[in-house]
Order: sequence, then structure tokens, then C-alpha cells
Amino acid sequence: MTTPLAVPVGRATTGSRATRWLGILTLAGLGLLVWCAFWWSPPDVVQKDAVRLLYVHVPTAIVAFTACFITTVASAMWLRRKSEGWWVLGLASAEVALVFTGVCLLTGAIWGRITWGTYWDWDPRITSTTMLFILLVGYLALRRIDGESGDVGQRGGRSAVVGLLLFPNVLIVHFSVDWWRSLHQTATITRLDPTIEGPMLFTLVLGIVVFSMLFVWLLIHRFRLAWLDERVGVLGLDDAIRARRSEAHDPTPGGTS
Amino acid sequence: MAGKDLRIEWRSRVTTHQILPFAVLVILLFGMALDPDRGILARASSGLFWIAVLFCSLLAIQRAFTIEAADGGRDALRLSGLDPAGVFLGKAAAIAVQLIALEIVLALGVVIMYGAQITGFLLLLATCLAATAGLAAAGTLYGVLAAGLSVRETLLPILLLPVLAPVLIAATRAFEAALGGVAVEGWPWCGLLAIFALLYLIFGTLAFGTLLEES
Repeated sequence: MTTPLAVPVGRATTGSRATRWLGILTLAGLGLLVWCAFWWSPPDVVQKDAVRLLYVHVPTAIVAFTACFITTVASAMWLRRKSEGWWVLGLASAEVALVFTGVCLLTGAIWGRITWGTYWDWDPRITSTTMLFILLVGYLALRRIDGESGDVGQRGGRSAVVGLLLFPNVLIVHFSVDWWRSLHQTATITRLDPTIEGPMLFTLVLGIVVFSMLFVWLLIHRFRLAWLDERVGVLGLDDAIRARRSEAHDPTPGGTS
Repeated sequence: MAGKDLRIEWRSRVTTHQILPFAVLVILLFGMALDPDRGILARASSGLFWIAVLFCSLLAIQRAFTIEAADGGRDALRLSGLDPAGVFLGKAAAIAVQLIALEIVLALGVVIMYGAQITGFLLLLATCLAATAGLAAAGTLYGVLAAGLSVRETLLPILLLPVLAPVLIAATRAFEAALGGVAVEGWPWCGLLAIFALLYLIFGTLAFGTLLEES
């Protein structure tokens, strides 16, 4: 994970042969998913056409929570190793997680409106996912402040500690909300028919695969962009040092070094 | 450490003259917002109590870290050779003592103004202690994170409040049981509060050294 990415200066792109292929495959997968979700798979007996939203909702939820987990692992590894790769990975993963959490909440609200008749319900999963959204926003706000300070090795563990606590906090919140609600209401609506099969099951699995690919693609690009951003910062610092040194050696301003 | 913080608080009177009145004010404002129809207030009293405690704890935590911001107090703390774990526990203890004092006043306010009935006194006490320990531990940890940043007043709430959501849920449920409910139902929530406090105390003790270095 921490191997430096060989991006030559001057050709600053976040694409590579592998990611281009991954991108094409993801696009094709998304096309196939759209066809499967809208035409091939039948409407649900109970949920009717609303079930088609779940082909986006469930995969984004899975990806969002996976991405949070990656941020927590990256934060822990950064605290141990202090290497730039883990630092950048934490940021990239959290940003993508925020987007997927947003999509998950949005599709969930629309689905809930159609199926339950309400956009919002005090369901443990909705509540804890919303809390996750806010936790991610807070983490990214702190990251922005931390990222502004100089070299990666000297950066504080502030945002790393918050990142480390991200996933455990989501678990604690989820557990407490779950317990809180289950004391109040015994019968919760089963959100997904456990006995789905055939085209519907295939479409759901396809959705999970395609959204995972999309996640990896986004993560790699975001990672490389953040990495280049770090390089720009380092280059700027090096330039400043060089300019200062040449000033000291060469009395004429703007001397070469 | 706790003694030092508490002495500062006692001498400056900020807690007694500003945070405490704020807490009472919050209780009054809830009363105004919800109409002094005693039915609503009495039913919602446990929730309102803990919301008030939560907001006051934000003030107390910020206060705990601004007293060191002036005159290079934090550098002195770092150079003092004190164990970071000790500093963390001391700070948390000082915040906890202030919060307990606050809770006593608030509880009186809730009983007098909202007409809440205390039925499980022991549960009430245990909940207060466990919840305060959790608030103080998590608050100290996140407080030192935000300390020294120019945006700490706005950043601390969005970092800390989602983390404290479980405390709010558990403390409110336990209080509902203690204020007119069945006390037995409250004890599991009290246990959850104790676990939360323990987790954050352990984590804070381990992580505080890293955070103090750079704040």
C-alpha cells in the first residue's frame, strides 16, 4: 500500500492503464446493472417497483461501511508507521465513504417514502448511518486543518485519532440505537425479503460487485490526487528552501542554483 | 492535576458564575419553548435534563482547555514531566467534578420546575456517575484534539456530539426508569454507560500522550 506511485513530474494524471480498464469495466457493469434493475428483474410482490431502489441502496451501504473501516485501519497504521501512504489513504477513503453514505441515505429515504410512507423512521440503521455521515463530516473538517501543516512525518495524530475512533464510534452508536429502538418496538419491517432468488438476487449481487468496483476506482483516483497534492506541497517547500539557499550564496536576486 | 484545575475554577468562578447560570437558563428556556403545560415537561424531563448537561459539558470542556492556552500553560504542562495518562485522568476528573455539581443543580431544577418524581434514587445516582465519567473521558479526549485550533469552538461540537449520542440515549432511558418508571429497566442502560466510560478512559489514557504533544 505504501509503495510510491511513479508519477513523473510534468505528466500529472491520476489515470493508468489498469485504472482505465477498471473504469471501462465499471461503466459496462453499471450499464448492465441498469438493464438488470429496470428491465430484466421483475417487480417485487410486496414492494412493487420500489424494490429496484435497493439495487443501489444496499451496495452503497456496504461500500460506505467498508470505506469507513478502511479509514479506521489507515488511521491506525498511520499512527504506527507515520508513512505518507496511510495518511493519504485515510483521507481518500473517508471522502468516498461520505459520498456513498449520502447516496445510501438518499435512496433509503426515497425507498422508505414509497414503502413505509415516510422519508424518515427512527430505525437503528437510518439513525446510525446519519450519525456516521456527521462523524465523517467532522473527520474531514479536522483533516482539512491537519493537512495544511507542513511535512507528513511531523503532522499530528489529531485527525488520525479521530479516524481511528470512527468505526468503533459507529458501532457503539449503532448498538445503542438498536437497543433503544428494540425496547420500544418489537416488530420491525424486514427490509429485504430473505428468500429472494433468480433475477432479483443476481441483480443485487451484481450491484454489490459493480459498486465495489466503482469504489475501488474512485478510491485509487482520489488517493493519487491526494498523493500529488502532497507532492506539490513538498515541491513548494523544496523550491522555497532552494531559493533561500541560492539567495545566501548569490547576492544577485533570482540567482540560479 | 485535578486539584490545579479545580482550584483555578474555584478562584475564577467561571463555572459557578457562568456555566451554572447557563444550565438553569437552558432549563427555563425549555419550559418556555414547551409551554409550562406540566404534562409535557414532566414526561420529557429526563431528555431535557441530559440535553442541558450535554451543552454545559461542551462549555466546561472548552473552558478546561482554554485555561491552559494563555501564558504558555500547555508548554509548561508538557515540560513538567507529568505522565500524559495522569494529565488525562486529572483533566477528566476535574471536568467530572464540575459536571456532577452541575447535575445536582439541574436535577433540583427539573424536580422543582418540571415536577418530575424521583422513584429510583440509587439508579439516578449510578446513572449520573457513569454518564459523567463517560462525558468527561470522551470530552477530555476530543477537547485536547480541538484545543489550540483556531476553529475549536465550532469544531468541537460536531466532533464530540455524535460520539456522545449513545450517552444521551442511555442516560435518558435510565433516567426515565428512575423518574417514575420501573427502576429495573434502567440498570442495563446504566451498564452501557459504564462500559462507554471505561472504553473512553482506557483509550484516552493510551492516546493522550500523542495528542498532548501537538496541541
